[in-house]
Amino acid sequence: MKDEKDHWLVRPETIRKLWILLIVICAATVLGDLFVEHHAHFGIEATIGFGAWFGFGSCLILVFAAKALGIFLKRKDSYYD
Amino acid sequence: MIDGVIPPWAVLLAAAALLPFTRGAVRSLLLVAAPLFALGLVWDVPDGPVIAFDWLGNHVVLLAGDRLSRLFGTVFTIMAFAGGLYSINQKSTAELSAAFAYAGAAVGVVFAGDLITVFVFWEIMAIASSLVIFSAGRHAYKSAMRYAIIHFFGGVLLMAGIVGEITTTGSTAFVSMSPDTLPRVLIFLGFLVNVGAPPLSAWLPDAYPESSWSGMVFLSAFTTKTAVFVLLKGFPGTEILIPIGLYMVFYGIIYAILENDVRRILAYSIVNQVGFMVTGIGIGSEMALNGAAAHAFAHIIYKALLLMSAGSVYYMTGKRKCTEVGGLFRTMPVTTICGIVGALAISAFPATSGFVSKSMISQSAADAHLAIVWFLLAAASAGVFLHAGIKFPWFVFFQKDSGLRPDDPPWNMRLAMWFLSALCIGFGLYPAPLYAILPFPTDYLPYTPAHVVYQLQLLLFSGLAFLILLNQLRRTETISLDIDWFWRRFGRAMRIEFHGWSAVAWYGIAERTVRGAGRVMSALYRHHGPQGVLARTWPTGAMALWTAVLLAAYLLIYFL
Repeated sequence: MKDEKDHWLVRPETIRKLWILLIVICAATVLGDLFVEHHAHFGIEATIGFGAWFGFGSCLILVFAAKALGIFLKRKDSYYD
Repeated sequence: MIDGVIPPWAVLLAAAALLPFTRGAVRSLLLVAAPLFALGLVWDVPDGPVIAFDWLGNHVVLLAGDRLSRLFGTVFTIMAFAGGLYSINQKSTAELSAAFAYAGAAVGVVFAGDLITVFVFWEIMAIASSLVIFSAGRHAYKSAMRYAIIHFFGGVLLMAGIVGEITTTGSTAFVSMSPDTLPRVLIFLGFLVNVGAPPLSAWLPDAYPESSWSGMVFLSAFTTKTAVFVLLKGFPGTEILIPIGLYMVFYGIIYAILENDVRRILAYSIVNQVGFMVTGIGIGSEMALNGAAAHAFAHIIYKALLLMSAGSVYYMTGKRKCTEVGGLFRTMPVTTICGIVGALAISAFPATSGFVSKSMISQSAADAHLAIVWFLLAAASAGVFLHAGIKFPWFVFFQKDSGLRPDDPPWNMRLAMWFLSALCIGFGLYPAPLYAILPFPTDYLPYTPAHVVYQLQLLLFSGLAFLILLNQLRRTETISLDIDWFWRRFGRAMRIEFHGWSAVAWYGIAERTVRGAGRVMSALYRHHGPQGVLARTWPTGAMALWTAVLLAAYLLIYFL
């Protein structure tokens, strides 16, 4: 059965709106830091936007660390057959 | 039974024994009723030893209760219930029977009052879980065999340790200890094998994804979490567990990022999540141990939910790789929604069970001023969202349209997923009942504004990183080598390499042995055979002659 029109969720205009929504929410969480009371244990983790840059940075490092290891570890999935 | 207490594990083991003789509605009823009955019995087990006797001079406590064992008993039986409901359509009764024996043995370990009982249930668990994998079919045999060998090896370590412990201390009691004597080190290592600790972590992602669509739901819950239980009970505050746990956390993330098999991604993330618990046990404060226990409870539920979602896709499509699926949200809305709930819970999103449990472990690291541990756990929390929380739903239900249009699975599978989704969100919004049954009293408040804002930042920006790096993360039809290469390939390579030499040596030895033996045989034959000197029949005359000669010699000697 062929779809008349693709699902609304995957249309380009929806995806653009979702991107805007994501960026707005991300910005809102960073601004949210201005309005909450922090209890710092180590100092740096109570600065504004710490969770944001730390989470983003961690993911970058993890992905590229995995890619680097993948150069040595990846094999065709028929390797053990 | 004594004092009218029926051991909860007895019900599950009895169900396992009865399942092969049931069919149709009775079988379905048994699958859901037995775990519920066992759940009720868990809360009848009082504190302290209940069933105890002396056996071969050892004090055996077959059933004993405390807060920790009831917590694990509760989640194990809830899990068996949801798993039973989910697996009604599983045609292989052998698998279901093994799965229930496996669940029963896991409950047996958490209510064991001494080391001998722990060991017996530990081994039943190893056998039953291997059978769950075996029953998936021919393609799983090799993995199941590797799995069984690793677990029997762990069992040998555990048994050697227990025998040593009983010999040196004279007591079978399973008490809180530290790995300071050789027997205790062996017990500790035996536990570590099952928890998925390095260097043998590979047994888990190797074997679990080879099980059936329903088998892995059971497998994900019991082996590693029983090991978490015995570490919580036996080795709380053992500092070496902190680096071991952190290794597991990052091992799981890195391998899951590279992985293509949907359920293997989730298998790696079991190691990752158990790593959080192991780290908490290593920190060892009341908050940390509570956190590890609560996280085990929450994890069993959301991991089973994730595997039910992935299992439903496997059941309906027969596909198990990211590169083969995609765009399934169109026709599998229930599976998609429940999968997303599980993914949010594993990522510790606010309002899910993962948030209220995992943050206790992070908090305990902060309270103990373990800065490096805290920052690594924070980085790992971001990584969890990356490798499981968003990767799993994205590649299975969204990304490109694979053209597959499978329906949602049958009603009982949908119901099991709704049930576990409700628990994930229920405990997330209202954690009080969970906190009330933790081993130590707690007044921890997960929902402070600062904590919620921080967690949202961490997760949303991880999601942003995922979407930006999507090209880097595109799945390839590959696997990633792991330590198991040493026993899957290196051993074979050695055999091939040395086959020539060993054959030459072997034939040389064999030939010389045969030749030597032949010489001995022919010598014997020459002397004793039908024509042999010593086997000839001697004429009577010869005897008379020899007698005369001997007599003559005697006379001669006498006269001299």
